[in-house]
Formats: sequence, structure tokens, C-alpha cells
Amino acid sequence: MTVLAVLSNHGHVPHAAFSLMETTVTARSEAPPRKPLEHPSGDKRFKMLEVFIKRLQHRQDTLIEVLHKAQELFGFLDNDLLIYVAQQLRLPPSRVFGVATFYHYFTLKPKGAHTCVVCMGTACYVKGADRVLAAIEQHAGIKAGGTTSDNQLSLLTARCIGACGIAPAVVYDGAVTARQSPEDALERVKGWTNGSR
Amino acid sequence: MDLADLLEIKEKELRTRKPIRLRCCLAAGCMSSNGQAVKDSLDKAVQEAGLADEVEVRGVGCMRLCCEGPLVAVDPAGILYQKVAPEDAASIVAALKGGETQVSRGDLNHPFFTKQMSIVLENSGEIDPERIESYIAADGYQALNDALVEMEPKEVIDAILKSGLRGRGGAGYPTGLKWATVAKMQSPKKYVICNADEGDPGAFMDRSVLESDPHRLLEGMAIAAYAVGADQGFIYVRAEYPLAISRLQTAIKQAKQHGLLGSGVLEAAFTFNVEIRIGAGAFVCGEETALMASIEGERGTPRPRPPFPAERGLYASPTLINNVETFANVPSIVRKGAEWFAGIGTEKSKGTKVFALAGKITNTGLIEVPMGTSLRTIVEEMGAGAPDGNQVKAVQTGGPSGGCVPASELDTPVDYESLQQLGSIMGSGGMIVMDQTTNMVDVARFFMDFCMDESCGKCIPCRAGTVQLHALLDRILRRQATARDLGLLEELCDLVKHTSLCGLGQTAPNPVLSTLRFFRNEYLELLQPEIGAPAGPGNAPKPDANPTR
Repeated sequence: MTVLAVLSNHGHVPHAAFSLMETTVTARSEAPPRKPLEHPSGDKRFKMLEVFIKRLQHRQDTLIEVLHKAQELFGFLDNDLLIYVAQQLRLPPSRVFGVATFYHYFTLKPKGAHTCVVCMGTACYVKGADRVLAAIEQHAGIKAGGTTSDNQLSLLTARCIGACGIAPAVVYDGAVTARQSPEDALERVKGWTNGSR
Repeated sequence: MDLADLLEIKEKELRTRKPIRLRCCLAAGCMSSNGQAVKDSLDKAVQEAGLADEVEVRGVGCMRLCCEGPLVAVDPAGILYQKVAPEDAASIVAALKGGETQVSRGDLNHPFFTKQMSIVLENSGEIDPERIESYIAADGYQALNDALVEMEPKEVIDAILKSGLRGRGGAGYPTGLKWATVAKMQSPKKYVICNADEGDPGAFMDRSVLESDPHRLLEGMAIAAYAVGADQGFIYVRAEYPLAISRLQTAIKQAKQHGLLGSGVLEAAFTFNVEIRIGAGAFVCGEETALMASIEGERGTPRPRPPFPAERGLYASPTLINNVETFANVPSIVRKGAEWFAGIGTEKSKGTKVFALAGKITNTGLIEVPMGTSLRTIVEEMGAGAPDGNQVKAVQTGGPSGGCVPASELDTPVDYESLQQLGSIMGSGGMIVMDQTTNMVDVARFFMDFCMDESCGKCIPCRAGTVQLHALLDRILRRQATARDLGLLEELCDLVKHTSLCGLGQTAPNPVLSTLRFFRNEYLELLQPEIGAPAGPGNAPKPDANPTR
């Protein structure tokens, strides 16, 4: 089975098991699959990723940059995408999977339509970020790291976003917002979570 | 590009400068309080008032007093407006011509400003970080020219050695010695890495330098590369700092266009290229060997040292790795001389240190003070103490690797050795103030939670030890622990500290140990009596204890 066939078999549906054996074996035994220009799914984003990888000359040490780009394009890294990256960089999928799961920044699950990141750095923590987080958790009915069942809101925490001077800070859809009280935070997320419980 | 061209750019920049200048803070703190809209509306107000020939509105980096942002400064009048809203623009512009404005003014004679001494932050809040001309007008890249044209690499290293500069990342290793070690190595390829993976929660000094004065870092790195004989540099910066990344990218592009990076820098036989590597959210990557693994596209796990990176680092080549603030000191040292730098600070800690002042304190923001300034000066005078009439209880320095200095020790001067004696560390510069409402055991658990989560899992003392320490602290906080558990906690702290592979594990127990040292009674108050043991001080049962939880 060629790598391409493996890929097309997987389609674009995240699958449970990682076809470790298959892919590594084929990747080693056959000529390097340098030109699967069209991803079988026909998704244009694969082409954009491929161009990016090509510009980095398929160097294996660019794995983290490639994963950043992949996440930027797709929003999250599913198994199919990780296998694609592995194949493009001629790395064993185990290595790609290992790196993707090591770093907090990479997410293997899709995010909600809106994201809310509560900074839990020391300055924010001593100024009550834990209460802000608890209020949102209670309101949305999810724990930090979770997404509401209607995929409207993902609630995340950050180790420190470096906005300590304006603590406690919360990032709503990418916009850092200063001095948040639990009430402020609820006000912001309420519109996003209508009927999500 | 050579010195004459540099001077020409500088001269032109100064000549075209308008008589009145409004500086708007566009660093992340003020940006998140709508700083960009304030700048845009000021631009518009100046146009509408027909003052475009006289008044310049300039976006600048951090102006330090983050809690009062967005900040706008007026030159040469010397006024600082704070908490400026976009609607205030018209009245601020009117006030330039004798009108009135209700916008509140900051007191530039407050100790928060007057006790500062700027080396690393000298351009921060002054220049436009997105224009290389603005940096060149502030004598930028002249130190690089001095080094390339007038000094041998060895002379540069001697100057850094003589200046007494020590690593600002936390450990305080003499920078000159590190440079000399890399310079001595015989290798066709060497690297210079800037560690901008500012992961300590509560620290934002490096971010401010990157956002406010990115060219200073590039110049410092280029001088270092010349001194040690490297031709390739990497800046490893956190993904959480998108503004810093974009300003760095702009700066690198501009420096290349101006012949200040690339081959034949300043028309000398010196080549230096810089690439940015974006981290992916792993605190352990602040450890140098883990950081290098991450640049190589691997999981960021540390490896035993020796060999040190200076001998065998990135891609197995000799590598110089320094922190942002360390590199940012270099241009000033080369330009103003090692003696000047060595004249600042204390006997063993030279120069200044940038701190990020935050937590339960009135004035939060960025400060740069000479080494040896007392914590009391910083917290009580510059920071104006805890807000709402609360009492300062402790100051936490060094993040998850540091400790808590109690209020009784506030007269301690900030230098590497003094803080170490108190069981804390200088660290990268986060300084979080806590008041009497803060529970120190909870703080210890907070940091342990952090270390437990961030442990890379490579070595067992750190991987398993932090989990056990966290569980013990949790037990204590739930009032389910006994004196025996406290003994266990101390024993385990000692073990994790002495047997972990890298700095993360070795310093993870510090917040526990320092709070145990200065706030032991807070732990004792939470303990339960041991079964069969007589009730004594510290193990009296608590009425609100909830053993069923």
C-alpha cells in the first residue's frame, strides 16, 4: 500500500488508531514521497501547507514551525494532518505525534467558535483569576480546557500572558482585556453561550 | 551601510522631527486597554486641528506605568496623560495650544519614575519600535560599528568581562566567561541563541524589551556573534507574545535591508543572520538544553550537562545562549565602556535590573533600578505599597523557581547573592507583591501545580516528586494533613531539589521551602493532630475542619 493510499483510506475523518506500522514501513521501503501535491481530500489548505514545507526545504528540524502553520490553517491537528506532516518531513508519525502532544500550544481537538483564555499567572492569580475562571466554568458548564456541547465556547487557561500590570487579564477571541471581575467575564461570554447548557 | 550612513540617517531623523511630539504607548499592556484607538484618534485630532506640521504622534514601546494605561506623553512639555480614552484626543491636542483638558496627569516626579535608571529600557517609550531610523537616531547600531571597526573579538569579550555583566535569565553566570568559552572553541560553525522564552508567570520584562526596542536585541546579538565567531543566531520566543514576534520580524527585515544583518555587516568582513523560532508553550524550554532541542524540532526535554552548550550545543556546535535582557545590556556597555557599567550596582552585581512589578501593589508596571536597590524602596516608594490600605505581606521573586521574601526582610538589597541567602533568587525579574489576604500555603501549591504541569517527565524526581508534593500541599490545605505529612513534605522537597536533572525540578521546591521558612505558622495552623498524639500547639483540631472532603 502506498502512503498516498494510506492517506486516502484515512480520508479526512479523524480515526481512532494511529496507523503507525503501515506508514513508517512504507515511508522507509519506497522512494521518498516528495510530491503528493494534491491531498486526496482536495482540501486546498493541504496545498498551502505543502508550499510552506517546501519553502523550509522539507527540513526535519522545522517540525515545530510546520505544526504551527498546520494549526494556523486547520485550527487543530487531527491524526490525518499529523500523518500528512510526518510524510512530508519523512519523519516517523510517532515523532510527530510526540512533539504535537508535548507542547501545550498544539491542540488535537477542534476549538469552539469563540475562545476565552483566562490568564492564571501569579499576578492574575493573587488578584482573583481563580474566581473569574470559576464563574465562567459554572456559567458554561464546562471545565477549563473544555468546549461547550454546541461548540460555541472553548474555555482555556494560560500560564502567563505577560499582562501582569493589568491583572487579572482575560483574552476573549484574541483580544487581551484588562482587570476582569467575574461579572465582567460573564457579561462577555454570555452572548456566546446562549442555550449551550 | 557604514558609520557615515548611520550618522546621516540619525541626522535626517533629528532634522525632520517636529517641535511637539505626542508619544503613545503601544506595548501590550496599553494595547489591551485600547491604546491603538487612542493613537488613531490623536492622529485624527492633530489633522483636524491643522497642526500636522508642528505635531507628531508617535507609537512607542512601554512607558512603564502599566496600571494607568493607555499612556500618552507630551514632548517637550514633559506631561504624562494616563487612562486616556479615544474621546480625549481633541482636548489633549487643544491643550497643546493653551486649551484645557480634564485628562488625568501622571506625576513624573513620583519615585516610581525618579528612582529608575535606564540602560536596557533607555529607548523604551521613546522610540518607535517599528522604525529602524528611530533606533538609529538614538545612537543605535553605533556600538556594533565600534566593535566591528575598532575592536578585536577578544577586546569585546574583555570589555564584557570587565563590565561585570551577569546573566539576567536568573542564574547570574558571568556573561564574559560564557562568551570566552564559546570563543575558545575550534569549530567551523557556532551559534548565538537569545532565550526569549519568558515563561515565569508574573514576568514581562523581556516581552517589553522585544516590543519596545527590538533592534537593541539584534545589535546585542550581533556584537556577541562577532565576539565568539558565530554567523547564525536564533531568537526563541514564546508563541504567547504575538506582538513581540511581529515587531521582531519587522526589525530583522529592516536590519537586513540596511546592511546591519546578513553578509558584510556594516561593510566589514562579518556575516550574521538571525532567525526567529516560535515556542509552543512549554515552560521547560526556558532551560537551555531543552530550548535547543526545541529549536531542532524535538520535544523540549533537557539533557545532562556537561557538555555545556558552549562546548556542544545547537546541532552539536558550540553555542552561546543568553537571555534578552543580557543581550540588551551589551550595546550600552560597548558604547559607553566597561568602567561606566562596572560603576553601577553593587560589588558583585553590576548594572541595573528590570523588574516587572505586579500583584497587590498600587503602581504596577515595569521598573529598571540599579542593583542593590532595596526591596523596600521598590515596593513601598516606587510601587506605593499595597492598595486599599492593605499591608504588604511578602514579595515573590523568581517565579516558580524563586521564593517569597517576607515583609520583615524588605531592607534586603536586590542582588544575586542577597536574594539567594533568603532562599529566593533574582530570577528573570518577576516581582509579585502579596498582602495579608494572600494565603502562603495556597501560593506554594499554586507554584507546585505549575511545576507539576510543566515537568517534562524525563527524570523521575521531578515527574513523580512534583505530583507528590502537590498532593501533600493539597492535603494540608484541605486540613487533612498531620505533622508527619509536613515532615514528609520537607524530606521530599530536599530529594527533588538535589536529584532532579534540570533547573525546573531542582528549583521546584523553592516556593515551598521559602514559605516554610518564613510562614511556617500558616502551615502549622492547617495541620490535624496525629491519631493518638496529644493535642499541642500547631496540631489543635480546627472547628471548621472537614474530614469528609
